[in-house]
Amino acid sequence: MRLGDDRRILSSGTAPLSSFSELGHRLNVDGPLLGGLLLICGFGLFVLYSAAGENSRLLVNQAIRLGVALAVMLIVAQLPPDFLRRWTPWGYLAGLILLMLVLTKGDVGQGARRWLDIGIRFQPSEVMKLAVPMMAAWFLHDRQIPPRVGQLLIIAAFISVPTVLIARQPDLGTAVLVAASGVIVVVLAGMSFRLIAGLGLLAVPGALVLWNFMKDYQKQRVLTLLNPDSDPLGAGYNIIQSKIAIGSGGLFGKGWTNGSQAHLEFLPERHTDFIFAVLGEEFGLFGVLTLLALYMFVIGRGLYIAAQAPDTYSRLLAGTISLTFFVYVFVNTAMVTGLVPVVGVPLPLVSFGGTSMVTLMAGFGILMSIHSHRKLLPH
Amino acid sequence: MPELSLLLPIKDHQSERRLFVGRVIFTSIGATLLLGFVVARLVQLQVFDHELFFEKSQGNRIRIEAVPPIRGLVFDRNGRVIAENLPAYQLELIPEQIEDIADTLNRLAAIDLIEFDDIPRLTELSRSSQQFKPLTLRFRLTDKEIANFAIQRPRFPGVDFQPRLVRHYPDGELFAHAVGYVGAISTADLQRLDTARYAGTSHTGKTGVENSYESDLHGDAGYRHVITNARGRQVPADTRELVDSLPADRVPGPGSNIYLSLDLDLQKVAFAALAGRRGAIVALDPWNGEILALVSTPSFDPNLFAVGMTRAQYAALRDNIDRPLFNRAVSGTYPPGSTIKPMLSLAALETGATNLTRKTVCIGYFRLPNDEHRYRDWKPEGHGAVDLHDAIEQSCDVYFYELSIKLGIDNMHDYLTRFGLGSATGLDVRGEGAGLVPSREWKRKNFSNRDDQRWYHGETVIASIGQGFMLATPLQLAAAVGTLATRGIRYRPHLVAAIEDPLTGIREWIQPERLDDVEISNDFYWQNVLDAMHDVMQGPRGTARAVGTGAPYKMAGKSGTSQIVSIAQDAQYDEDALAERLRDHALFIAFAPFDNPRIAVAVIVENGRSGSGVAAPIAKAVMDAYLGYGDNAIR
Repeated sequence: MRLGDDRRILSSGTAPLSSFSELGHRLNVDGPLLGGLLLICGFGLFVLYSAAGENSRLLVNQAIRLGVALAVMLIVAQLPPDFLRRWTPWGYLAGLILLMLVLTKGDVGQGARRWLDIGIRFQPSEVMKLAVPMMAAWFLHDRQIPPRVGQLLIIAAFISVPTVLIARQPDLGTAVLVAASGVIVVVLAGMSFRLIAGLGLLAVPGALVLWNFMKDYQKQRVLTLLNPDSDPLGAGYNIIQSKIAIGSGGLFGKGWTNGSQAHLEFLPERHTDFIFAVLGEEFGLFGVLTLLALYMFVIGRGLYIAAQAPDTYSRLLAGTISLTFFVYVFVNTAMVTGLVPVVGVPLPLVSFGGTSMVTLMAGFGILMSIHSHRKLLPH
Repeated sequence: MPELSLLLPIKDHQSERRLFVGRVIFTSIGATLLLGFVVARLVQLQVFDHELFFEKSQGNRIRIEAVPPIRGLVFDRNGRVIAENLPAYQLELIPEQIEDIADTLNRLAAIDLIEFDDIPRLTELSRSSQQFKPLTLRFRLTDKEIANFAIQRPRFPGVDFQPRLVRHYPDGELFAHAVGYVGAISTADLQRLDTARYAGTSHTGKTGVENSYESDLHGDAGYRHVITNARGRQVPADTRELVDSLPADRVPGPGSNIYLSLDLDLQKVAFAALAGRRGAIVALDPWNGEILALVSTPSFDPNLFAVGMTRAQYAALRDNIDRPLFNRAVSGTYPPGSTIKPMLSLAALETGATNLTRKTVCIGYFRLPNDEHRYRDWKPEGHGAVDLHDAIEQSCDVYFYELSIKLGIDNMHDYLTRFGLGSATGLDVRGEGAGLVPSREWKRKNFSNRDDQRWYHGETVIASIGQGFMLATPLQLAAAVGTLATRGIRYRPHLVAAIEDPLTGIREWIQPERLDDVEISNDFYWQNVLDAMHDVMQGPRGTARAVGTGAPYKMAGKSGTSQIVSIAQDAQYDEDALAERLRDHALFIAFAPFDNPRIAVAVIVENGRSGSGVAAPIAKAVMDAYLGYGDNAIR
């Protein structure tokens, strides 16, 4: 409620602020959310400049991507939740078709088939990051929650079909995120804790089955996590160097652009998946906690929007988008600090790269739409 | 609840909202806990283990880089340069900077900078070596190649030429066998060499003095601390602000300079005298063992090894039927032929197997009792009645055949061994052949068949003219004739005269190493045998009188002509019919001046047919030059 109060204070304030607020209102933009996102993006660009070896060309590139993603967010924010809900099954279906196309006709890059070129080149698996929770929320919208077991099985099918397709590309990181987003929907929808615990126990044999389906490099990542020093120049190298980078940063870091791990190229993937380690090295615990606080602010605002949402679809979708964002942050930071295996999950809004950023911003666009359209909906 | 929903199909919005908010709170707590793990981990890494990781990040970026020492120079006895280091441009490739190495190599080959045949080897090397480390494609580029590449350089990112010091032998093939050569360090070398000392070194001595004095010539590697990136590459100076202070560097200690006992001019004379032949010359100072000239022909240009040669060039050297890479002077073993007769004469006199006046009638051949086999004399019609002096002067084989039966193989073995035959002389350069002086014991040990283990009289007979099993290296023969010249005083032959510290200029002289004397009880025996050797060259009936007669100084020598194919009984000996490579080897040993010997020489000319006719003039040319006579006098 405090944040809402803030806005009230702002709107009753000086004329320019009031007109900004008015403009934001008309554009269906949520001020606190946008502010938090812009702070993360700004901080991210700052870190990226250093992580990319003070390469301004790369920085401009990333800024343009951010601009595009923000534009997408603004556009999505204009789409009322009802409109989104009605089109959800079709979007989901289109996503499935694209995924199958990828597996048969996609472009191969780095040993995986992830890209599809239909006019523009993109990863259909990104669409599924939003389409899967939307589909689950759509299914539960007209039904009384908590969902029953039969309904859960149908949702499980909605989740597992795209997850398996993505995992076969192979893109384990995205598959995990897509599955997680679906699971979050049912957890938020009130799936019984007993069932959750039961499925948690089933996960042990499930993990063994999964192990058999994993590619060698994926198995290697898991094994390396358990003992990174066993292969210091191979798969363990990333984790070892990343821990050195973060640990050597100390409380306040070595200073911007002064990280020896990053600048002398010891740290691999330093401007993409491991950019968090650059932050840790150059800005120390202080910088790392600052970024995490910003993330938590955005997530908290998202969950607040979810709690304020008027209907099941909006609630579940808003909550899921916020918590999926948290999963991103957690998986990446846990991976870079050596807590979970190295799966290719970028640090949201900070890592260099475009596709996932657009999806994320589209998600935040949905959040804004839900928040700003809520009064227009019949209660 | 299920019943309720059945009864009330309309959704219960209030309970749904409550349920949802409850779940949001639940998941928020879960998320906070998970984030707590990450934060705890960060605190562990950045606060508690900070020092450890900080040390590791420091250690990561400082690398110790070896600085190779400058290899010591090699001089002749008068301080003239035999091996030096010249700056040269070498062509290098840095694998990590090249996307398609095969393509780059192909294009380099297309402009003749490398060979097409070499591409597979270089490709393999580029894969196996560290990707940031320059791989040398060529050790020395010609001016033309440098100019050519300079124009094309933009087409070859990751390829460049770098100045390096390259070993250079200004006299080319002249010292190829004595001094040897350096070559690129091979994987086999790496197992032998101290990797720390050789961290920055590209070449090591492979043969000759370069190899045997490697530890003196190489010097001590220095090091410097450089800031490197993850791939180990030194970072450019502008990123140096990352450095606070680096530990002190160490300047490399240059290798010692080596002064050889060889004389450049004498070596040239000897080399010229053997030109066009396969053979070897070893000349030494009998009073200290210093080798004055050491030549093996045909020779090769050792610069090819220092610079690196094409596969075709190396194959041509290796497979050449004349074996230019083979060091005949030190490693080649030949039947010594009649050159051992003076030594056998001393043995026979000392043991009483003969005396100075006893005569043998030579009828052109010798027969053992109860044996039809004829042991021929080189002179089919025979030498008539000859005493020991005549037998040496005219090289009468029959006299020695007869003498050998009384002397016996074991006495022969005993005395020849005292002269240093049959085992390596202990030269200060590796690769010496041992030669062979047979004995009953040797035969027993080295043959498995019982019949072969027996020693036969016939074998004693042919051993007396240095045939049969007997083998000697030119170096051993030179040392042996030196021992004759000194009348029994022996020194270990050596090539290196002094080792000089290049920083202080202080030279450490190698002291002559005196070996056990050959003791002959009666000096008169020495006198008589040496007189006969003098007459070989300057007597009325000496086998080499054509060479020695009229010379301005007195000299002594002994010819040898050793068969390399046995001739069937009663077969006509027809040299011309024999293939060139099956012809007799020509040998000659000599020393001069006769009354005050200063030089002892052994010469072998493979398939040279006649010791006195072919080898003796070569030996004399060397002695002339050394003693200051003739056009080629060295000083």
